[in-house]
Amino acid sequence: SSATKTAPKVTPLSKILIANRGEIACRVIRSAKRLGIQTVAVYSDADRNAMHVDMADSAIRLGPAASVESYLRQDRVLEAAFKTGAQAIHPGYGFLSENVEFAELCSKEGIIFIGPPASAIRDMGIKSTSKHIMSAAGVPVIHGYHGEDQSLERLKQEAEKIGFPLMIKAVRGGGGKGMRIAYTPGEFDSQLESAKWEAQKSFGDQVMLLERYVERPRHVEVQVFGDKYDNYVYLFERDCSVQRRHQKIIEEAPGPGISSKTRKELGEAAVRAARAVGYVGAGTVEFIMDPQQNFFFMEMNTRLQVEHPVSEMITGTDLVEWQLRVAAGEPLPLDQSQIHLNGHAFEARIYAEEPKNNFLPGAGPLLHLITPKPSSDVRVETGVAQGDVVSVFYDPMIAKLVVWSSDRASALRKLRSCLSEYNIVGLNTNVDFLMELSSHPKFVEGDVHTDFIPQHYNDLFPVKPITDNLVGQAALACILNELKVSSSQQSSTRDPYSPFASYPMARLNHSCQKSMKMTCQGVTYDVIVTCCENGSYKLKVGQSAEIVASARLSESDNVTSIELNANDEISKSRVVFLDGNVHLFTKDGSVAFATEKPAFLKSLGQGSMQQGGAVAPMPGIIEKILVKDGEKVQLGQPLLVMIAMKMEYVIRAPEAGVIEKVNYKVGDSVAKNAALVRFVSADKK
Amino acid sequence: MKQGTQVLQGYHLLQSQLMAVLVSQLKANIQRIHEGGGAKATQRHKSRGKLVARERVAALIDPSSPFLEFSQLAGKDLYGSDDVPAGGVITGIGQIMGTECVIVANDATVKGGSYYPITVKKHLRAQEIAEQNRLPCVYLVDSGGANLPHQAEIFPDREHFGRIFYNQANMSAKGISQIAVVLGSCTAGGAYVPAMADESIIVRKQGTIFLAGPPLVKAATGEEISAEELGGADLHCSKSGVTDHYAIDDLHALHLARRAVGNLNLVKKPDISLAPPEEPLYPADDIYGIVGDNVKKNYDIREVIARIVDASRFDEFKAKYGETLVTGFARIHGYPVGIVANNGVLFAESSMKGAHFVELCCQRRIPLVFLQNITGFMVGREAEAGGIAKHGAKLVTAVACAQVPKLTVLVGGSYGAGNYGMCGRAYSPRFLYMWPNSRISVMGGEQAAGVLAQISQEQRKREGKQWTPEEEKALKDPILKKYEVEGSPYYSSARLWDDGVIDPADTRKVLALSLSAALNAPIPSTKFGIFRM
Repeated sequence: SSATKTAPKVTPLSKILIANRGEIACRVIRSAKRLGIQTVAVYSDADRNAMHVDMADSAIRLGPAASVESYLRQDRVLEAAFKTGAQAIHPGYGFLSENVEFAELCSKEGIIFIGPPASAIRDMGIKSTSKHIMSAAGVPVIHGYHGEDQSLERLKQEAEKIGFPLMIKAVRGGGGKGMRIAYTPGEFDSQLESAKWEAQKSFGDQVMLLERYVERPRHVEVQVFGDKYDNYVYLFERDCSVQRRHQKIIEEAPGPGISSKTRKELGEAAVRAARAVGYVGAGTVEFIMDPQQNFFFMEMNTRLQVEHPVSEMITGTDLVEWQLRVAAGEPLPLDQSQIHLNGHAFEARIYAEEPKNNFLPGAGPLLHLITPKPSSDVRVETGVAQGDVVSVFYDPMIAKLVVWSSDRASALRKLRSCLSEYNIVGLNTNVDFLMELSSHPKFVEGDVHTDFIPQHYNDLFPVKPITDNLVGQAALACILNELKVSSSQQSSTRDPYSPFASYPMARLNHSCQKSMKMTCQGVTYDVIVTCCENGSYKLKVGQSAEIVASARLSESDNVTSIELNANDEISKSRVVFLDGNVHLFTKDGSVAFATEKPAFLKSLGQGSMQQGGAVAPMPGIIEKILVKDGEKVQLGQPLLVMIAMKMEYVIRAPEAGVIEKVNYKVGDSVAKNAALVRFVSADKK
Repeated sequence: MKQGTQVLQGYHLLQSQLMAVLVSQLKANIQRIHEGGGAKATQRHKSRGKLVARERVAALIDPSSPFLEFSQLAGKDLYGSDDVPAGGVITGIGQIMGTECVIVANDATVKGGSYYPITVKKHLRAQEIAEQNRLPCVYLVDSGGANLPHQAEIFPDREHFGRIFYNQANMSAKGISQIAVVLGSCTAGGAYVPAMADESIIVRKQGTIFLAGPPLVKAATGEEISAEELGGADLHCSKSGVTDHYAIDDLHALHLARRAVGNLNLVKKPDISLAPPEEPLYPADDIYGIVGDNVKKNYDIREVIARIVDASRFDEFKAKYGETLVTGFARIHGYPVGIVANNGVLFAESSMKGAHFVELCCQRRIPLVFLQNITGFMVGREAEAGGIAKHGAKLVTAVACAQVPKLTVLVGGSYGAGNYGMCGRAYSPRFLYMWPNSRISVMGGEQAAGVLAQISQEQRKREGKQWTPEEEKALKDPILKKYEVEGSPYYSSARLWDDGVIDPADTRKVLALSLSAALNAPIPSTKFGIFRM
């Protein structure tokens, strides 16, 4: 209790160092600036021109791109703090944020670590310890029995203690074999028998373990805050159930369908958890919740989490400001009675990844990047801008889109609308997937759980037909774009009103016809566009009936849109032209069409490919080189090993031949399609 | 002053339908002509990976550029059963990399792209346009050379095949760039098109250049050699130096031609006052209803002018004097023009007024637009005594000597000396177009038949013989028929007496594009001949 603690000194912060990068670094800098606090950024070689470096008042280089050589170098970070006179270090999330050693080092060196005491990080870092502490503090935890005594009597006794529904599982089991659920005590005997019999048959072993079974589990977490005066508050819960690859992609606050009674219980349990470890600062207590809203402690994250903005939106707080105040020794700005839940907020994480390819992480340049317009209800938390690169070295998150509205339904509508205004070209993103996800009827209902994506997989990846209308939009967008380009060139001549620019594609006594080949998702559409004299177009896509259409390409705020009036039906899309591709962004997702590239352009481009032979399948880092310059290789022989997003790729010889030169060395990062070796095929030698 | 009135009455609607029939006939004809040598020849041509001539032109010009095509009807019904659509060559003006260029593209689907007499004439006319207006020339060559059965009408004379290369040399000398793209054969004389060009491009395994092809070589020397070895791209780009750029296919070659034009370092400097264009106040297709299909019907030419010029604004000169010739200043698509338009037969006053106005335009360096609808100069005792011949001569002198760009549109009849005074083909307008309702001949068919009938009748009288109405009809009918056929714009355009038959509704557009092209050359000052006073 506060009485036993000595009153901490208040040291107003005037300069802090942010030991992180990307959106969170930018986020911290913004709040610090607003409070008049100077900011120091740190950066790796890959981030020399990054947004967080640009935003900070000063910046210090840490080292090469790899995290272990830069953002994880505790010595370098502290050195930077000393060098710049920063009083405190904000670790953000990830990197050093939950590193006990670093927190201790900071306190030893007299620098404020903006986070909980090292002891709290340590306590919460060890799962069995944390569970024990929580249990003692009266926080519900999942109990289980893993004991050697397999007598029916003992098992029954343990089952009573754990509660129902209950999972009976063979210790050596797997794939659902030797596993049964007992929903009531009455079922226990028969289910145990059945599990044992199956386990015996399958594994020749009957040893069982018991655990509380959580049906259709939800991931619900509570934002808590503590100060150095033993004050604790909770800022309500977030639901982060919908995950892919065990990572969150969409979060909301408050949790849908959670009763105010449960909400209060959750909050109070979370505060008990924080108090039990003497927590200071922002923390998150994660629970697993069943459909009856029974919840059990999972773990506590001793940092400011990625999804903290949804809690801010529903409570009208700035949690980074709170962190800075608490770190300075100030008491919490609000007590529990002053914190009110207002409205509903969503956060969607926009990632460079390929949802259709098992959410394979990606990297690459953000050649075109348009975000929805930020407002008091719409936040775009990002650390990148158009022209930046999503690096292979770090997390491939591009941005967090956070929206708020007075209720869940309208917030969800706003989320979908904003997602349709998030237009990215250059790399694969999950924007379309998020749009599908946020419009799924079950999601709209709030029926979320951790298996949501696998359960609704087919709905979430619908096969969308490429309509003639879409093909027409793409084709006319191309034509109108060409017109725009040439008329803008004309206006800079000494004949600014030239009729050659005013009568586009005019022909005498006939209409100009353009044949185009538009390729989308591997299908090529033959499009014949007849440019009529009255400015309208006749569109013929493949064998379909002719469409009479008019079209307009407009531009405002750097957003180009195509409006197609086909047979009196008007459709609108945003459009981006890049490298001979047309990207359409509709309200239902995006679609890209490739226009036909002339053979001579293709053959010029092939030059390096033919020599290269073995190319990088995706952006990554060279891990191993298995051949030497001049070495003869056989078809399929491994040449190099690449690491891309923690996955290994073995690059093999495309045919028998000689490696003239290996173009990279170990540790080099390579772009997608980079020729890794100069290869001379055996035929040519 | 604003010109024009609304035309929505029943009479105009009927007239409009009659003109619409003529226009749709024209478009139907053009559509057939655009199929070139037909589906079979086109398919054979494309199966070799080649583009047809029109596709080549489209890929050569800027994607948004108009193509001001000339004489689409050339060669129509000219060689009996030999159909030569568009005269076997497509010519016109398009913008390439923002530069207006004359394009001459052989259509290899028409008799292998060989040169009929009309092909030569059309090619030479395109070169003339290029030379007069200082427009770079791009030749898309794919031709078997002279059409041998017609050699006598192709080879020997001044305005025959040899003139093509004469023009190339002389235009090059004047700094008018000559670029050749070899997309097929260039045999014998044809070899000189790329050889005489400033810069030339050739497509591998497709373009060939030689003075004599493999069969002739074998006959002459016994040497057996393939066309590719004898004159292909590899040879000419790496050994002979006949061509400068090596392309892998049509699109590549056309891309290289675009680059070549881009490197000409040309700046168009219209030496004339420019204004933002304004659309006329009335729709262009009103013209159909105003004019109709019968050149004998009268209408006020100002109604036509109101549908061609910017904001229908026409500052008339000498409105109350010599009223059968309307003269005045206007702008077409922002370019200033002086308009000379017939509104009846030419009298002494109207002729003098016309001469005065042409002098004004030449003094001020304003391009002239002639809207020709003329039955001729006034005849009869009074007119002759009033000196109609010398007053007409004043107009002819002024028009002949005028060095400003002259553009002529035959909007109705073009008969006799009226054709001269209103800048007919012989007066070298930069461009001359016809409407589908127009007629051209030395006099009207009825007048000609009447004159001939009268002469015959008088002869019979002297011989004391009878002259029956049946005999008169037998004499007149074939003449009427002949004049009907030969006075048709199709007959004219097939022989290249004009640069094309146009939809009256396109007049403003065609004049604007033509003016734009004409302004690539500086406007020279004019020195007039003696005006007989």
